Amino acid sequence: MSTEMNQAVQGRLIGRNQIEDLVLVPLYALVAALFLGALVMIATGVDLSTIGQSFIALVRGSVGSLNALSETLTAAAPLVLAGLGLALGFRAGLFNIGAEGQVIMGGLAAVVAGVAMADMPAVIALPAAIIAGALAGAFYAGIAGWLRAATGAHEVISTIMLNLISYRLLDYLLRTPLIQKEGRADPISKSIPEAAELPRLLTFIDPNLRLHAGVFLMLAMVVVAYWLLFRSKMGFEFRASGENAIAARFAGINAGLTIVLAMAVAGALAGLAGANQVLGVLGRATPGFSAGIGFDAIAVALLGRSHPVGVLFAGVLFGALEAGGRQMQVDAGVSIDLIGIIQALIIVFIAAPLLVKAIFPWGFRRTRSKEEEV
Amino acid sequence: MQVELKNITKRFGSVVANKGVNLTIRPGEVLGLLGENGAGKSTLMNVLCGLYSPTEGEIVVDGTPVRFDGPGDAIRAGIGMVHQHFMLIPVFTVAENVVLGVEPVGRFDHLDLEKARAQVRRLSEEYGLAVDADALVETLPVGVQQRVEIIKVLFREADVLILDEPTAVLTPQEVDEFFQIVRSLCDAGKAIVFITHKLNEILEISDRISVIRRGEIVGSGDPKKLTRPDLAEMMVGHPVDFNVERAPFDPGEVILDVSDLTVLHDDGAVAVDHLSLQIRSGEVVGIAGVQGNGQSALIETLAGLRPPAGGKVLFEGADITTASPRARHRMGIAHIPEDRQAAGLIGSFTVAENMVLDSYYSARFSNRGSIDWGRVNAAATTATQDYDVRTPSIHATAGHLSGGNQQKLIVARELSRDTRLVIAGQPTRGLDVGSIAYIHARLMAARDEGDGILIVSSELDEILSVSDRILVMFKGRIVAEYEPNKAPVDKGTIGLAMAGAAP
Ligand SMILES: Nc1ncnc2c1ncn2[C@@H]1O[C@H](COP(=O)(O)OP(=O)(O)O)[C@@H](O)[C@H]1O
Ligand SMILES: [Mg+2]
Repeated sequence: MSTEMNQAVQGRLIGRNQIEDLVLVPLYALVAALFLGALVMIATGVDLSTIGQSFIALVRGSVGSLNALSETLTAAAPLVLAGLGLALGFRAGLFNIGAEGQVIMGGLAAVVAGVAMADMPAVIALPAAIIAGALAGAFYAGIAGWLRAATGAHEVISTIMLNLISYRLLDYLLRTPLIQKEGRADPISKSIPEAAELPRLLTFIDPNLRLHAGVFLMLAMVVVAYWLLFRSKMGFEFRASGENAIAARFAGINAGLTIVLAMAVAGALAGLAGANQVLGVLGRATPGFSAGIGFDAIAVALLGRSHPVGVLFAGVLFGALEAGGRQMQVDAGVSIDLIGIIQALIIVFIAAPLLVKAIFPWGFRRTRSKEEEV
Repeated sequence: MQVELKNITKRFGSVVANKGVNLTIRPGEVLGLLGENGAGKSTLMNVLCGLYSPTEGEIVVDGTPVRFDGPGDAIRAGIGMVHQHFMLIPVFTVAENVVLGVEPVGRFDHLDLEKARAQVRRLSEEYGLAVDADALVETLPVGVQQRVEIIKVLFREADVLILDEPTAVLTPQEVDEFFQIVRSLCDAGKAIVFITHKLNEILEISDRISVIRRGEIVGSGDPKKLTRPDLAEMMVGHPVDFNVERAPFDPGEVILDVSDLTVLHDDGAVAVDHLSLQIRSGEVVGIAGVQGNGQSALIETLAGLRPPAGGKVLFEGADITTASPRARHRMGIAHIPEDRQAAGLIGSFTVAENMVLDSYYSARFSNRGSIDWGRVNAAATTATQDYDVRTPSIHATAGHLSGGNQQKLIVARELSRDTRLVIAGQPTRGLDVGSIAYIHARLMAARDEGDGILIVSSELDEILSVSDRILVMFKGRIVAEYEPNKAPVDKGTIGLAMAGAAP
């Protein structure tokens, strides 16, 4: 009885199985991916000392200094934001490939709102620009949600198409007078006025440190996403629909509305990622400013097991790899593409937990898998 | 071939699924293995067919101890099992499924399907297993799929056939056909282990019965000398009352009034055909009928899940023909879905989450958009106790509960609030006697409190034991009505009506 009581008291605390799933598997996946990354370097004729050097650079560039940490977090923030949105969608059973397009729309809207608010004080201009980004992302993703709910069009297809549309829309809008920088012929937006910028946090130490207030936005959204998913009515509906759509419908949950809402919330978070980039890092929108964040975020959401805390850690890890990768390129002359390979390998290993368990048996509970499955 | 299980114990971690089991299986004989859900029947047979290795004990075939390291070893020794959940590939034909894994091949690894077909035909003739060797498995009814599973085992030349709860998925007609097959297998000298938790069936088909409870064999005997109450007591460990207790029949005002209702299937075919019925307060209306005569569509429509093509539904005088499922729920209509796994609960959700699956939004559990899990947990704890849902904790996932406890969870969710009308689809399908008696008692309690109850079941025995009024549904219409309170009803007559013979 006492163990039952304990379980009851602990409630939703993370159990042993989840630790294996959330911590051990990703950790081992990282190790395996780094190892294979080294093999790739060997295979392409990189000598051992350079490989050693590049791994040292990877660590140095990601956590080795204040600047490295600043870069890691700066790179992590948009990944976490968009990753949270994707995670919410996954929980609701929606495979949203459209974060990239939602990032673009969010970023563009933030530029427009920010520029329009140039004369306002920062307490109005900045929130307005951020909210504009979220709304634009929500609206853009909502289109795919509505198509799914009203016509049954699968969101994978429609979000891919919406991505393609967003690229061209960005190119087009960057040349319209409302957005294009005055006196420029190339596609580039007006600059974000200071009032709408996400303030840098560490310039008092070193003016080159890029870490900005978006990191607080990121942390706040982790908390919001957690609350939404596990504490709110809406999140309960998302999860119920994602786990068993039939039972959810039988229980009176409105399937169409849930789909549209889940897509919209996912899009809002991706839109925030876009706003975060233009308001905190880039200062303007340019063609390709989304830089694949929406796609990397899919990997982040998967690696984070669609759990807000998991997404936070996964996003920081990917941010670290990106920051470290740049250092690697500088110090050891190894292409940053290798980081892309390592990131992809991590996801491959995450997708095959049994493989990971076979390579690294340590730390897992010993179970005869044959009997578990029957 | 005679097979003995000697002192078999099987543990999963701290769970003892089988404890010191001794059992003898003889050729030409049907051994009935009776036990509640979770008693350890499947585990024991999985040990016998090589899927699990026993923690202790041994298997003796014709006097020599054997060791199975996998199902392959067991099948080579002549022991084959038809599992509770079929293991067929839907997009393959019958012949392809049968030979899967032991395909007859010619030169250059050429798959000799002609030979496979011939063998399937030979086996089906020999044992009266009517199947078309070239049919795609996904197009076949469950009863026929089961025959394919049996042919699969026979094809591998098994002398011992283990049939794990084979009748759970069958309609009454299919059960009769199935028993004929079992007899012909037996006459051909095969040894059969027939697993079930249904008392009537085990008495009908077995030559010998062993009863298993909490992993131990608690009794064995001759079906000619054992009665239903004897077996039920052995199975659950205490006497079981088969009489459903209820107050005298005294129906009140009409609660549900369905008139001229027409409902279509997804493909446009007519499922419910101009049907009218009424349910009064304090009355149990049972709908009997062979599955597939529109009962599912009727329930779905009454629960608001399927829009009707015509007709009207009044609930306590209000028109609810187009009301949403949630609106109906709030009015006091409870719905126990036919398919508890797919529609009744969410397997990966906890017991507590499932307990509020259709009421999480109410003021009782939520305020301003957020769910008060403290209150949910408190309510779930009370409900699991009140409704005898046996779960390690309210935070355990519902998918891990036994079928009986899953159904009690659903019943608890639907009835532990103010209800006026209860719509129950197959409320006890696949459950053990203890759970069946419990769920019936709960439904009767709701009736005695003045609810109207609609029960749809393909088990005629269930309909007969709980209903105040029996309606027979055939091809979307009510074709016969009986009132057991006024005149005793005959099972045979109802059976005929179910088959479409107008009374
Ligand atoms: N693979 C397993 N791991 C842990 N426990 C199991 C496993 N399989 C069965 N059990 C437990 O063993 C007991 C007997 O289960 P089972 O043999 O499936 O019962 P039955 O077939 O009689 O319904 C149950 O308590 C069940 O929870
Ligand atoms: Mg079983």
